[in-house]
Amino acid sequence: MDYGHSDRPAGATPLPTAIKILVAGGFGVGKTTMVGAVSETRPLRTEEVLTETGVGIDDLSGVEGKTTTTVAMDFGRITISDDLVLYLFGTPGQDRFWFVWDELALGAIGAVVLADTRRLADCFPSIDYFEGRGTPFVVAVNCFEGARKYRLDEVQTALNLDPGVPVLLCDARQRESSKEVLVTLMEHAMKTREARRRAAGTD
Amino acid sequence: MTVQGESAEHQWVDDHAGPVVRPYAVTRGRARPVTGTFDLISLVTATRADVTPEVGLGPEHLAIVGLCQRIQSVAEIAAHLDLPVGTIRVLLGDLAARNLVQVREPQTTAGLPDNSIFEAVINGLRAL
Repeated sequence: MDYGHSDRPAGATPLPTAIKILVAGGFGVGKTTMVGAVSETRPLRTEEVLTETGVGIDDLSGVEGKTTTTVAMDFGRITISDDLVLYLFGTPGQDRFWFVWDELALGAIGAVVLADTRRLADCFPSIDYFEGRGTPFVVAVNCFEGARKYRLDEVQTALNLDPGVPVLLCDARQRESSKEVLVTLMEHAMKTREARRRAAGTD
Repeated sequence: MTVQGESAEHQWVDDHAGPVVRPYAVTRGRARPVTGTFDLISLVTATRADVTPEVGLGPEHLAIVGLCQRIQSVAEIAAHLDLPVGTIRVLLGDLAARNLVQVREPQTTAGLPDNSIFEAVINGLRAL
Protein backbone atom coordinates (compact mmCIF):
# COMPACT_ATOMS: atom_id res chain seq x y z
CA MET A 1 0.00 0.00 0.00
CA ASP A 2 1.30 3.40 -0.90
CA TYR A 3 1.22 6.06 1.76
CA GLY A 4 2.06 8.81 -0.71
CA HIS A 5 2.99 11.72 1.43
CA SER A 6 4.43 9.83 4.35
CA ASP A 7 7.96 9.43 3.02
CA ARG A 8 10.53 10.98 5.23
CA PRO A 9 12.86 13.49 3.61
CA ALA A 10 16.06 12.05 2.20
CA GLY A 11 18.80 11.73 4.76
CA ALA A 12 16.49 11.35 7.75
CA THR A 13 16.80 8.35 10.05
CA PRO A 14 14.66 5.49 8.77
CA LEU A 15 11.99 4.04 11.04
CA PRO A 16 12.83 0.70 12.62
CA THR A 17 11.57 -2.59 11.27
CA ALA A 18 8.75 -4.14 13.30
CA ILE A 19 8.12 -7.86 13.45
CA LYS A 20 5.59 -9.85 15.43
CA ILE A 21 5.25 -13.16 17.14
CA LEU A 22 1.89 -14.56 18.22
CA VAL A 23 1.22 -16.30 21.51
CA ALA A 24 -1.77 -18.60 21.13
CA GLY A 25 -3.50 -21.31 23.14
CA GLY A 26 -6.64 -21.97 25.11
CA PHE A 27 -8.31 -19.68 27.59
CA GLY A 28 -6.35 -19.22 30.80
CA VAL A 29 -3.24 -21.04 29.56
CA GLY A 30 -0.95 -18.10 30.30
CA LYS A 31 -0.71 -16.15 27.05
CA THR A 32 -0.78 -12.70 28.62
CA THR A 33 1.48 -13.94 31.42
CA MET A 34 4.11 -14.94 28.87
CA VAL A 35 3.76 -11.66 26.98
CA GLY A 36 4.24 -9.79 30.26
CA ALA A 37 7.20 -11.92 31.33
CA VAL A 38 9.37 -10.87 28.39
CA SER A 39 7.90 -7.50 27.44
CA GLU A 40 9.71 -4.30 28.38
CA THR A 41 6.46 -2.83 29.72
CA ARG A 42 3.41 -4.40 31.26
CA PRO A 43 1.15 -5.87 28.57
CA LEU A 44 -1.01 -3.34 26.73
CA ARG A 45 -4.50 -4.06 25.55
CA THR A 46 -5.95 -3.08 22.21
CA GLU A 47 -9.47 -3.65 21.00
CA GLU A 48 -11.27 -4.19 17.74
CA VAL A 49 -14.95 -3.33 17.70
CA LEU A 50 -16.93 -5.50 15.35
CA THR A 51 -20.52 -5.42 14.26
CA GLU A 52 -22.44 -8.55 13.36
CA THR A 53 -22.55 -7.43 9.74
CA GLY A 54 -18.78 -7.58 9.64
CA VAL A 55 -15.91 -5.20 9.46
CA GLY A 56 -15.30 -2.49 6.92
CA ILE A 57 -18.94 -1.59 6.43
CA ASP A 58 -19.23 2.09 5.73
CA ASP A 59 -22.97 2.45 6.05
CA LEU A 60 -23.60 3.03 9.71
CA SER A 61 -27.29 3.81 9.52
CA GLY A 62 -29.18 1.64 11.95
CA VAL A 63 -25.99 0.88 13.80
CA GLU A 64 -27.85 1.11 17.06
CA GLY A 65 -29.65 -2.11 16.22
CA LYS A 66 -26.52 -4.14 15.52
CA THR A 67 -24.75 -6.29 18.01
CA THR A 68 -21.24 -5.06 18.54
CA THR A 69 -18.53 -7.31 19.84
CA THR A 70 -15.26 -6.16 21.26
CA VAL A 71 -12.28 -8.42 20.71
CA ALA A 72 -9.39 -7.62 23.00
CA MET A 73 -5.77 -8.45 22.30
CA ASP A 74 -2.97 -8.16 24.82
CA PHE A 75 0.44 -7.38 23.49
CA GLY A 76 3.92 -6.38 24.53
CA ARG A 77 7.03 -4.92 23.00
CA ILE A 78 10.71 -5.81 23.04
CA THR A 79 13.08 -3.28 21.52
CA ILE A 80 15.83 -5.43 20.04
CA SER A 81 17.86 -2.52 18.68
CA ASP A 82 17.44 0.97 17.26
CA ASP A 83 16.26 -0.50 14.00
CA LEU A 84 14.36 -3.60 15.13
CA VAL A 85 11.29 -3.89 17.36
CA LEU A 86 9.58 -7.16 18.26
CA TYR A 87 5.90 -7.23 19.21
CA LEU A 88 4.25 -10.16 20.96
CA PHE A 89 0.51 -10.55 20.53
CA GLY A 90 -1.68 -12.81 22.59
CA THR A 91 -4.39 -14.14 20.29
CA PRO A 92 -8.02 -13.70 21.33
CA GLY A 93 -9.03 -16.81 23.24
CA GLN A 94 -12.36 -17.27 21.53
CA ASP A 95 -11.90 -19.36 18.43
CA ARG A 96 -14.83 -17.75 16.67
CA PHE A 97 -12.80 -14.61 16.05
CA TRP A 98 -10.81 -16.22 13.25
CA PHE A 99 -10.82 -13.07 11.17
CA VAL A 100 -8.96 -11.29 13.94
CA TRP A 101 -6.48 -14.16 13.93
CA ASP A 102 -6.05 -13.72 10.19
CA GLU A 103 -5.12 -10.11 10.69
CA LEU A 104 -2.74 -10.98 13.50
CA ALA A 105 -1.14 -13.88 11.64
CA LEU A 106 -0.56 -11.83 8.50
CA GLY A 107 3.16 -11.17 8.42
CA ALA A 108 3.80 -12.90 11.75
CA ILE A 109 7.27 -14.39 11.88
CA GLY A 110 6.04 -17.30 14.00
CA ALA A 111 3.81 -18.40 16.83
CA VAL A 112 4.07 -19.94 20.27
CA VAL A 113 1.24 -22.35 21.07
CA LEU A 114 0.94 -22.58 24.83
CA ALA A 115 -0.44 -25.86 26.11
CA ASP A 116 -1.75 -27.01 29.47
CA THR A 117 -1.48 -30.79 29.84
CA ARG A 118 -4.67 -30.85 31.91
CA ARG A 119 -6.59 -29.42 28.94
CA LEU A 120 -4.47 -30.40 25.99
CA ALA A 121 -7.37 -30.27 23.53
CA ASP A 122 -7.67 -26.51 24.10
CA CYS A 123 -4.64 -25.89 21.92
CA PHE A 124 -5.82 -28.05 18.99
CA PRO A 125 -7.53 -25.15 17.17
CA SER A 126 -4.36 -23.04 17.40
CA ILE A 127 -2.19 -25.85 16.05
CA ASP A 128 -4.63 -26.55 13.21
CA TYR A 129 -4.71 -22.88 12.39
CA PHE A 130 -0.94 -22.38 12.16
CA GLU A 131 -0.43 -25.69 10.34
CA GLY A 132 -3.04 -24.61 7.81
CA ARG A 133 -1.46 -21.22 7.28
CA GLY A 134 2.09 -22.50 7.21
CA THR A 135 3.09 -20.22 10.09
CA PRO A 136 6.14 -21.67 11.89
CA PHE A 137 5.24 -22.52 15.49
CA VAL A 138 6.52 -24.23 18.60
CA VAL A 139 4.46 -25.85 21.34
CA ALA A 140 5.38 -24.69 24.83
CA VAL A 141 3.89 -26.74 27.65
CA ASN A 142 3.24 -24.36 30.51
CA CYS A 143 4.05 -26.23 33.69
CA PHE A 144 1.22 -25.49 36.07
CA GLU A 145 1.60 -26.55 39.66
CA GLY A 146 -0.35 -29.68 40.34
CA ALA A 147 -0.47 -30.71 36.69
CA ARG A 148 0.83 -34.18 35.96
CA LYS A 149 4.15 -34.07 34.19
CA TYR A 150 4.23 -35.69 30.79
CA ARG A 151 7.26 -36.44 28.69
CA LEU A 152 7.64 -34.18 25.71
CA ASP A 153 7.38 -37.06 23.26
CA GLU A 154 4.06 -38.00 24.88
CA VAL A 155 2.79 -34.47 24.26
CA GLN A 156 4.12 -34.57 20.71
CA THR A 157 2.28 -37.83 20.06
CA ALA A 158 -0.91 -36.65 21.75
CA LEU A 159 -0.92 -33.52 19.60
CA ASN A 160 -0.10 -35.51 16.47
CA LEU A 161 2.58 -32.97 15.61
CA ASP A 162 4.94 -33.02 12.69
CA PRO A 163 8.26 -34.34 14.11
CA GLY A 164 9.95 -31.09 13.10
CA VAL A 165 7.80 -28.97 15.41
CA PRO A 166 9.72 -28.19 18.61
CA VAL A 167 7.96 -29.04 21.87
CA LEU A 168 9.36 -27.70 25.11
CA LEU A 169 8.44 -27.16 28.72
CA CYS A 170 8.19 -23.67 30.08
CA ASP A 171 7.06 -21.54 32.96
CA ALA A 172 5.26 -18.61 31.36
CA ARG A 173 5.75 -16.52 34.52
CA GLN A 174 9.52 -16.70 34.22
CA ARG A 175 11.36 -14.31 31.96
CA GLU A 176 14.26 -16.68 31.25
CA SER A 177 11.95 -19.56 30.45
CA SER A 178 9.76 -17.45 28.14
CA LYS A 179 12.86 -16.03 26.44
CA GLU A 180 14.04 -19.57 25.74
CA VAL A 181 10.68 -20.37 24.13
CA LEU A 182 10.98 -17.34 21.86
CA VAL A 183 14.58 -18.17 20.93
CA THR A 184 13.52 -21.73 20.07
CA LEU A 185 10.71 -20.33 17.93
CA MET A 186 13.02 -17.94 16.09
CA GLU A 187 15.53 -20.73 15.39
CA HIS A 188 12.71 -22.95 14.14
CA ALA A 189 11.28 -20.14 11.98
CA MET A 190 14.70 -19.50 10.48
CA LYS A 191 15.18 -23.20 9.65
CA THR A 192 11.68 -23.39 8.19
CA ARG A 193 12.36 -20.41 5.99
CA GLU A 194 15.66 -21.82 4.76
CA ALA A 195 14.05 -25.19 4.00
CA ARG A 196 11.29 -23.47 2.02
CA ARG A 197 13.76 -21.43 0.06
CA ARG A 198 15.76 -24.51 -0.77
CA ALA A 199 12.61 -26.34 -1.85
CA ALA A 200 11.57 -23.41 -3.99
CA GLY A 201 15.02 -23.24 -5.57
CA THR A 202 15.08 -26.90 -6.62
CA ASP A 203 11.56 -26.95 -8.04
CA MET B 1 -40.47 22.74 19.32
CA THR B 2 -43.05 22.86 16.57
CA VAL B 3 -41.13 20.82 14.03
CA GLN B 4 -43.23 18.03 12.55
CA GLY B 5 -42.41 14.52 13.69
CA GLU B 6 -41.16 13.29 10.34
CA SER B 7 -38.70 16.09 9.70
CA ALA B 8 -37.47 15.92 13.27
CA GLU B 9 -36.70 12.26 12.67
CA HIS B 10 -34.87 13.05 9.44
CA GLN B 11 -32.66 15.44 11.30
CA TRP B 12 -31.26 12.45 13.10
CA VAL B 13 -30.69 10.13 10.19
CA ASP B 14 -29.31 12.36 7.45
CA ASP B 15 -25.64 12.89 6.72
CA HIS B 16 -25.35 15.55 9.36
CA ALA B 17 -26.87 13.42 12.07
CA GLY B 18 -23.45 12.96 13.58
CA PRO B 19 -22.10 10.16 15.66
CA VAL B 20 -24.17 7.34 17.04
CA VAL B 21 -21.58 5.45 19.01
CA ARG B 22 -18.40 6.77 20.50
CA PRO B 23 -15.72 5.25 18.24
CA TYR B 24 -17.54 6.54 15.19
CA ALA B 25 -18.00 9.90 16.86
CA VAL B 26 -14.26 10.33 16.90
CA THR B 27 -14.00 9.51 13.20
CA ARG B 28 -17.16 11.45 12.33
CA GLY B 29 -18.85 8.33 11.10
CA ARG B 30 -16.06 6.99 8.94
CA ALA B 31 -15.11 3.34 9.16
CA ARG B 32 -12.10 3.38 6.82
CA PRO B 33 -9.02 5.57 6.56
CA VAL B 34 -8.69 7.88 3.56
CA THR B 35 -5.27 6.44 2.87
CA GLY B 36 -3.18 3.49 4.06
CA THR B 37 -3.98 0.13 5.61
CA PHE B 38 -2.16 0.44 8.94
CA ASP B 39 -1.16 -2.97 10.18
CA LEU B 40 -1.22 -3.38 13.96
CA ILE B 41 2.57 -3.16 13.98
CA SER B 42 2.98 -0.46 11.37
CA LEU B 43 5.27 2.05 13.03
CA VAL B 44 4.25 5.67 13.18
CA THR B 45 6.24 8.79 13.94
CA ALA B 46 5.12 12.41 13.88
CA THR B 47 6.74 14.62 11.28
CA ARG B 48 6.34 17.72 13.44
CA ALA B 49 6.93 18.50 17.07
CA ASP B 50 3.55 20.12 17.43
CA VAL B 51 0.38 20.64 15.42
CA THR B 52 -1.95 23.55 15.89
CA PRO B 53 -5.65 22.74 15.77
CA GLU B 54 -7.04 23.13 12.27
CA VAL B 55 -10.22 22.29 10.44
CA GLY B 56 -10.69 18.55 10.20
CA LEU B 57 -8.40 17.70 13.09
CA GLY B 58 -9.92 16.72 16.42
CA PRO B 59 -8.31 16.37 19.83
CA GLU B 60 -7.61 12.70 19.11
CA HIS B 61 -5.58 13.62 16.02
CA LEU B 62 -3.52 15.99 18.12
CA ALA B 63 -3.12 13.34 20.81
CA ILE B 64 -1.71 10.92 18.23
CA VAL B 65 0.81 13.52 17.03
CA GLY B 66 1.82 14.10 20.64
CA LEU B 67 2.15 10.37 21.32
CA CYS B 68 4.12 9.76 18.13
CA GLN B 69 6.94 12.09 19.06
CA ARG B 70 8.31 8.70 20.05
CA ILE B 71 7.89 5.91 17.52
CA GLN B 72 4.76 3.89 18.24
CA SER B 73 2.98 1.01 16.58
CA VAL B 74 -0.66 1.34 15.58
CA ALA B 75 -1.53 -1.12 18.36
CA GLU B 76 0.30 0.98 20.95
CA ILE B 77 -1.44 4.17 19.83
CA ALA B 78 -4.81 2.42 20.18
CA ALA B 79 -3.92 1.10 23.62
CA HIS B 80 -2.63 4.42 24.93
CA LEU B 81 -5.58 6.45 23.63
CA ASP B 82 -8.02 3.70 24.69
CA LEU B 83 -9.74 3.68 21.31
CA PRO B 84 -10.48 0.72 19.02
CA VAL B 85 -7.86 -0.01 16.37
CA GLY B 86 -10.34 0.71 13.58
CA THR B 87 -10.83 4.22 14.91
CA ILE B 88 -7.10 4.83 15.15
CA ARG B 89 -6.66 3.70 11.54
CA VAL B 90 -9.11 6.32 10.33
CA LEU B 91 -7.41 9.06 12.35
CA LEU B 92 -3.97 7.97 11.09
CA GLY B 93 -5.26 8.10 7.53
CA ASP B 94 -6.22 11.74 8.08
CA LEU B 95 -2.79 12.51 9.52
CA ALA B 96 -0.93 10.66 6.76
CA ALA B 97 -2.94 12.51 4.11
CA ARG B 98 -1.79 15.79 5.69
CA ASN B 99 1.79 14.57 5.91
CA LEU B 100 1.71 14.93 9.68
CA VAL B 101 2.89 11.38 10.35
CA GLN B 102 5.30 9.02 8.70
CA VAL B 103 4.36 5.35 8.57
CA ARG B 104 6.49 2.29 8.09
CA GLU B 105 4.71 -0.94 7.30
CA PRO B 106 6.09 -4.15 8.81
CA GLN B 107 8.48 -6.42 7.01
CA THR B 108 7.02 -9.69 5.77
CA THR B 109 8.99 -12.85 6.41
CA ALA B 110 8.94 -13.72 2.73
CA GLY B 111 10.42 -10.34 1.90
CA LEU B 112 13.45 -10.74 4.13
CA PRO B 113 16.64 -10.86 2.08
CA ASP B 114 18.52 -13.11 4.49
CA ASN B 115 18.59 -14.45 8.04
CA SER B 116 19.98 -11.30 9.61
CA ILE B 117 16.69 -10.28 11.26
CA PHE B 118 16.24 -13.75 12.77
CA GLU B 119 19.79 -13.69 14.07
CA ALA B 120 19.38 -10.19 15.43
CA VAL B 121 16.20 -11.18 17.29
CA ILE B 122 17.79 -14.34 18.70
CA ASN B 123 20.84 -12.41 19.90
CA GLY B 124 18.68 -9.60 21.22
CA LEU B 125 16.46 -11.98 23.19
CA ARG B 126 19.47 -13.76 24.69
CA ALA B 127 20.90 -10.41 25.76
CA LEU B 128 17.69 -9.32 27.54
